[in-house]
Amino acid sequence: MFSPYKFEIESLNAWFGSKHVLKNINMKIKEKAVTAVIGPSGCGKTTFIRCLNRMHEIVPGAKVSGRVLFNGMDIYNEDVDPVQIRRKMGMVFQKPNPFPMMSIYDNAAAGLKLNGIRDKEKLDSVVERSLKLAILWDEVKDDLNKSGASLSGGQQQRLCIARALAVEPEVMLMDEPCSALDPIATAKIETLIRMLAEDYTVVIVTHNMQQAARVSDFTAFLYLGELIEFGSTKEIFENPRSELTEKYITGEFG
Amino acid sequence: MKSSRKPPVFIHNLNVKVHKIFKKPLTGDYAFKLLAATFASIIFLILGLMIYELIKGSQLSLQRFGIEFLIGTKWDPAISQVFGVLPLILGTLVTSAIALLIGVPISLCIGLALSEYAPKRFGFAISFLVELLAAVPSVIYGLWGIFTLIPFLRNNVYAYLQGILGFIPLFSGPIYGGGVLTGGIILAIMIIPTVSAVSRDVFSAVPNTQREAMISLGATKWETAKNVISYARSGVIGAIILGLGRAVGETMAITMVIGNKFQLLPSSLFDAWYTMSAIIANEFTEATYGLYVSALIEVGLVLFFVALIINVLARLVVWRSLKLVRGIARE
Ligand SMILES: Nc1ncnc2c1ncn2[C@@H]1O[C@H](COP(=O)(O)OP(=O)(O)OP(=O)(O)O)[C@@H](O)[C@H]1O
Ligand SMILES: [Mg+2]
Repeated sequence: MFSPYKFEIESLNAWFGSKHVLKNINMKIKEKAVTAVIGPSGCGKTTFIRCLNRMHEIVPGAKVSGRVLFNGMDIYNEDVDPVQIRRKMGMVFQKPNPFPMMSIYDNAAAGLKLNGIRDKEKLDSVVERSLKLAILWDEVKDDLNKSGASLSGGQQQRLCIARALAVEPEVMLMDEPCSALDPIATAKIETLIRMLAEDYTVVIVTHNMQQAARVSDFTAFLYLGELIEFGSTKEIFENPRSELTEKYITGEFG
Repeated sequence: MKSSRKPPVFIHNLNVKVHKIFKKPLTGDYAFKLLAATFASIIFLILGLMIYELIKGSQLSLQRFGIEFLIGTKWDPAISQVFGVLPLILGTLVTSAIALLIGVPISLCIGLALSEYAPKRFGFAISFLVELLAAVPSVIYGLWGIFTLIPFLRNNVYAYLQGILGFIPLFSGPIYGGGVLTGGIILAIMIIPTVSAVSRDVFSAVPNTQREAMISLGATKWETAKNVISYARSGVIGAIILGLGRAVGETMAITMVIGNKFQLLPSSLFDAWYTMSAIIANEFTEATYGLYVSALIEVGLVLFFVALIINVLARLVVWRSLKLVRGIARE
């Protein structure tokens, strides 16, 4: 069955304990495009993106209802193994979290090793490819044995991106990947995101309206756990349908 | 990173000191520093006094036997009045090693189960019980060893073990119940509370972002847990050292179950043996003449240094692994 959508989200609800943080979200995420999720702090952006690779449920007391179709198949179906789902998606977190006890090389190769790949040549080539893709290779190629924690914040985040890319995921989920970075590092990562969109489906959470406008093809605006508006980025920024969206984008609140 | 143009550090420090002594009024901050420094140096004083007393007490034996004391294998207070502690050192080290071999894996599993797997409230309850166990006096462990553990091991475990592994000399020979292996086992039981409580703490201190990084890569629960261990490894080594320290110095419980037989090497794991702390506890009241008392005090001195060396070595390992992580981290 062919569908231009990577994700089809149908009446998705999420809770922390009794706290209802995502309310009846319906949304379709296009393949090989960048979809940005924006909204004020605490509106549920992180929760939303974590529902897409079943990371939400690892928090004690967290609950999800609804359907998330990934390539047409519901990932919340009973017989779906969340570990297998997560292997198909790369995730980048708000704060860079490389493995400090591993070398840069091992960080980049971590996902492959989890998949049981031990072949040195294969590892070498994948590590090089993903570090290049993450625009980090030139900066670290001579220090591959140094700890992942020896890098600057921006480099660490790119290492995390490389780590996620190494397993050739179909989807990249990025939760405010630039929030801890300076403008130069941010610009590098934004370039990278645009490049990734050629082959991958990217969902990016961001606080930064300009960033959403720059990198995304589609934008979703969340407010208090509800999806207020979703459409092409151009539309949302130039011609928002909802008054709330307009207020948020023009910086009247948030 | 320091700029290279500053004057050398020691000159700077000297300036600060001089300044402090002559110009600085006695502020609360300074008074507190002084107080803290005084108490800190008391530790060295106590340590020094302890070594001094031990050396003083063992003068007779030190002069009489010299290095022979360390490598001697005879302990004969009754007739020839010759004392050598090599068998005791071995007994202490071997029983402690057995304790670690058995106790550490179990403790790490408990620590992981509590920090990674157990639901929070359940984890709290178990942690509390585990820590309670660490507070049980060792003579209680000894009694329990005599009345429960020894019969149990003799009747249910050892014969069976011998049946399978009897062809190895270590597992052959008569089974009394007490002995080297039993000593190691009771020490293992005694270090488990400490080691598991500390390792639970170091595992819990691993940031959640590390776990999430693993899980998002598609790691299973166990793969994530392995990563947690690796992240916390210097803390784990610290936990093991604490356990080892307890095992090496442990006296009452091991005395009660090891069989207290002075011999260079036991014939098997089921045979009786002796440890340094056990011989001090057992014979001090029977020591009827100066050299005998002095020899026992020297055993204490040796025990002190063995414990010291183990601690220093272990600390070096921790320090090295920390430095490895940080050193690569910030050059
Ligand atoms: N572990 C948790 N336990 C309980 N409540 C939580 C937890 N994490 C988040 N929440 C709550 O869920 C709601 C949504 O949180 P979420 O992290 O998804 O917001 P966000 O949009 O990502 O915010 P930010 O922009 O600040 O990152 C918030 O009100 C928050 O208080
Ligand atoms: Mg967030």
